[in-house]
Amino acid sequence: MKKILMLLFCLLPVFAYAGVAKDLAEDPVLEKRMIGLAENLRCLVCQNESLASSRSELANDLRQEVREQMLKGMSDQEIIDYLVSRYGDYVLFDPPVKSYTLLLWYGPFALLLVGLIGLVFQLRKRKSRIPEPHLSDEDVKRAADLLNTSKDF
Amino acid sequence: MIRFIWPFVIFVVLAGFLYVGLHLNPREVPSPLIGKPAPDFKLAQLHDPTKQFSPQDMKGQVWLLNVWASWCVSCRVEHPVLMALSRQNIVPIYGLDYKDKREAGMEWLREGGNPYVISASDTDGRIGIDYGVYGVPETYVIDKEGVIRYKQIGPVTQLSLHEKILPLVAELKAK
Repeated sequence: MKKILMLLFCLLPVFAYAGVAKDLAEDPVLEKRMIGLAENLRCLVCQNESLASSRSELANDLRQEVREQMLKGMSDQEIIDYLVSRYGDYVLFDPPVKSYTLLLWYGPFALLLVGLIGLVFQLRKRKSRIPEPHLSDEDVKRAADLLNTSKDF
Repeated sequence: MIRFIWPFVIFVVLAGFLYVGLHLNPREVPSPLIGKPAPDFKLAQLHDPTKQFSPQDMKGQVWLLNVWASWCVSCRVEHPVLMALSRQNIVPIYGLDYKDKREAGMEWLREGGNPYVISASDTDGRIGIDYGVYGVPETYVIDKEGVIRYKQIGPVTQLSLHEKILPLVAELKAK
């Protein structure tokens, strides 16, 4: 009797979980598609988490919204457009190229270019600053001798 | 001399960016709904669920839609401001009771006072999603044509009321 009771208690969490996970999709394909989409969307409450991983209430609601729109047969792009029209580009982890995101997208390349130009100038300047030494034949010979002797080390 | 100017310029530019960044609020997400028609809805009224409230009823008026909830802590901060505003009869405030139990919402208004002409119950938060609500309280200024003109994220303060909301309301009413 005690053992059966224990077994029943062990099973209790299973039922409890079934209650919590109720709105998790009955359809695993849909769920996978939803998660795939939600991973690229930002949760607005806990700003650096994705909509897929966030446990906030709003993220829960939004995931449910996404599921329902998928069930209605909307495409991923249509759902993203819907969310962007409500919450702005901010929900996208991958910000679109727009006039005010140009700096974000191309700023690093501009910096790289500036750096490269600076480097080229520096190298040229340095080259002109170090004078090419004029060696007489005697100096060349001495240098060659020195270099040869250094081989013995 | 020139050797020192460039690092200095870079430092000043960087410091400028950081200084501006210091005063930005990353929690404030600009709403794409500004300048767009307020999403339509029909919801049961909090105090009388047999009646409905819809933004359509408000055509021709400048009004505020305040998203609130009894569980919302910051709503308690803005509540006195809204109460004072409702007494001044400048602009009608309508409430959207967001993801709240009806009894809890009514209880909270009984306790703290009711600044709203009507509150609508958005029990499952559906309408909240349509309005891009992500942090309660939020307040929308809606013009006579039903277009959202301003969105206050977080509590309405004396400062935001007098600097932004009331001047805008006066301007919209004059139109």
